[in-house]
Amino acid sequence: MSFVEYSDFIQDGDVAIIYLGHDSMMPVKVQQGAQTQTRYGVIRHSTDLIGQRYGSKVTCSKGGWVHVLHPTPELWTVCLPHRTQILYTTDIATITMMLELKPGSIVCESGTGSGSLSHGILRTIAPTGHLHTVEFHQQRAEKVAEEFKEHRVGHLVTVRNQDVCKDGFGVTGVADAVFLDIPSPWEAVGHAKAALKTQGGRLCSFSPCIEQVQRTCEVLTDHGFEEISTMEVLLRVHDVRTVPLPLPDFGPDPSAQTQPETGEEPHPMCSPNPPSITMKTTTPPREMPGHTGYLTFATKPRT
Amino acid sequence: CVVMADDESQYTIKEGDYVVLKRGDIFKAVQIQPRKKVIFEKQWFFLDNAVGHLYSSTFEIVSGGTLQPQKLRGTESNAKEAGTDNRNIVDDGKSQKLTRDDIETLKEKGLKGQEIIQQLIKNSSTFRGKTEYAQDKYIKKKKKKYENTVTILKPSCRILAMMYHGREPGKICHLRYDTLAQMLTLANIHAGSKVLVFETCAGLVLGAVMERMGGYGSVIQMYPGGGPVRAGVESFGFPANFHDMLHEFPICHVNSLLAGTLDTTAKDPTAGSAAEEKKVKLEKKRKKLAAAADLLKGRDADGLVIASRFHPCPVLMGLLKFLSPSRPFVVYSQYKEPLIECYTKLKEHGGAVSLRLTDTWLRHYQVLPNRTHPLLLMSGGGGYLLSGTTVTMDGAKPAGSQRAEEPAAKRPKLTHTEG
Ligand SMILES: C[S@@+](CC[C@H](N)C(=O)[O-])C[C@H]1O[C@@H](n2cnc3c(N)ncnc32)[C@H](O)[C@@H]1O
Repeated sequence: MSFVEYSDFIQDGDVAIIYLGHDSMMPVKVQQGAQTQTRYGVIRHSTDLIGQRYGSKVTCSKGGWVHVLHPTPELWTVCLPHRTQILYTTDIATITMMLELKPGSIVCESGTGSGSLSHGILRTIAPTGHLHTVEFHQQRAEKVAEEFKEHRVGHLVTVRNQDVCKDGFGVTGVADAVFLDIPSPWEAVGHAKAALKTQGGRLCSFSPCIEQVQRTCEVLTDHGFEEISTMEVLLRVHDVRTVPLPLPDFGPDPSAQTQPETGEEPHPMCSPNPPSITMKTTTPPREMPGHTGYLTFATKPRT
Repeated sequence: CVVMADDESQYTIKEGDYVVLKRGDIFKAVQIQPRKKVIFEKQWFFLDNAVGHLYSSTFEIVSGGTLQPQKLRGTESNAKEAGTDNRNIVDDGKSQKLTRDDIETLKEKGLKGQEIIQQLIKNSSTFRGKTEYAQDKYIKKKKKKYENTVTILKPSCRILAMMYHGREPGKICHLRYDTLAQMLTLANIHAGSKVLVFETCAGLVLGAVMERMGGYGSVIQMYPGGGPVRAGVESFGFPANFHDMLHEFPICHVNSLLAGTLDTTAKDPTAGSAAEEKKVKLEKKRKKLAAAADLLKGRDADGLVIASRFHPCPVLMGLLKFLSPSRPFVVYSQYKEPLIECYTKLKEHGGAVSLRLTDTWLRHYQVLPNRTHPLLLMSGGGGYLLSGTTVTMDGAKPAGSQRAEEPAAKRPKLTHTEG
């Protein structure tokens, strides 16, 4: 198992994702002899996990069952331990495409936060790219570096524990893309420019507030960035449902008498059990995330 | 060990390169060919002079359709001062002080398109009084008429997806670029995996998948009908080695492949009448089919991406069989209803978890001091996605604790067993 390479079977030391049900998952570190408690009972790693195929159904001690999935950055995003606010898959997907990330890309990122975006970046730039990620909170920096190692992507990333606004990214002229998710991105634009290749590159800044966007765009223009473009992407989920739709009864229709008999019994009176039809449709969730943040993209021209 | 020595040549425009022409937010993909006339935004010109220049350079189109590198960088932002309403605007046809002749003289003097527009603005008595929206509209209109610059870009999935969406959405089943972005991520497309692609989006989706795999791993294009359609893949301008990872398999052979009756062994064309050339061609075709069949046989693919004008249900159910368990798949459709059907079918059939039917809502913003707001026009929809993850099918096991994943959906009986 690695976050950038699939394996077929679960091995000791892997990180596996226990799929408990819709939108309910938990990560486990697979360890010989260890046990994991779920709401369906205990999972014994030695017998239930190690040697099993990823995607298998595992019966827990209470008789309930779960599926064990191979980790991916998207699964990790929905079950990782939150140490900060994180970016979710919809934004991550947009960022990845609009920053033109691909295998071999050199990327700078700050702040690392909980590493949700970092995992997505690493998956895309492997096996030949590199991520330089900067986080000024020491414990967060240490914790995420540990996770990268456990997820076997440590060789693709350098975590730096410093203030990106003061000390930059620790590299100059190497990056194809820079990503910012910090409270004052405008203070890091100069460092971002320095980190990007002289041949140019792409930048993205994520900010929840429009005032932050405003300031960032001004500074981006001042630094000669081009193609500055701000957008917002929201995910809309459509829940598939079978819904009954009762049919109204308008009483007997004398004018219909003239039409040929269809063989159906006419309803003489308003029937106590009015007929209804069922149909498959979708319904929106009652509530949904209506705002995550604004994504501002820009191109640094060749300097 | 040194990341330096960035091959400068990759940043230089060369003959034969596939490039993207850009003006404003209009794009067009073309190939650089000697003395080849290209038409862009109703103007024709030759790209010969671009060779040797750096990508992202902007050129002026001068007489005879030749390109001339632009000296000064185009400053997009016209320092504007917008009026708040249009109460003072009188359309008497006299607001522009420059006459047609004046403009012609300016052109003869060699003024560039952008400078002419500046002159027009300066000599317009109503421009300053116009609302900001009207100003933008004015500039856009004039730009279309007088601008004669073109920027030459290196192609990328981002640019091509935006180009197709803007120019020829019908060719890509109206797949919006942010939806394509979701697909690549939801399907966990990455280097070294084995991915199945079924698309009728001119090759845009296939190219996007190939770009994300960077030449590592294999992509099998499952294609309907006579042959794979993928003109759009060319536009990516991939290095030659990328094409080594690309395989193709006609879906009309899927059933026989699954049944184990597909014969891909060499046949000795006993009829000597067949021309040698034709024999060689047939043999090449057979080898290709055999190679793709070998990749599929293990039914151990890592990802499945579908985006077509076909009914997605049979495509999905037919191709899902080729995935290993615990692998993501994603299906695009311009319409929601066929994906509801896919969802229902998968629930009945089993073998997939984490099913989700979604679409994305995309809004662009104008960001300017004191005048920040969403753009007045936005895309009405970018199509729908059904995504999920495969799991093993084990009909033999007694039903465990049955729990409702979705309130409305009944848990299906699992009858099919892993082959
Ligand atoms: C919202 S979180 C980032 C979440 C991350 N994108 C993810 O997906 O998990 C912001 C992080 O930036 C860090 N940060 C804020 N300002 C910083 C600075 N000037 N230098 C480095 N890190 C900074 C914070 O400590 C925090 O961990």
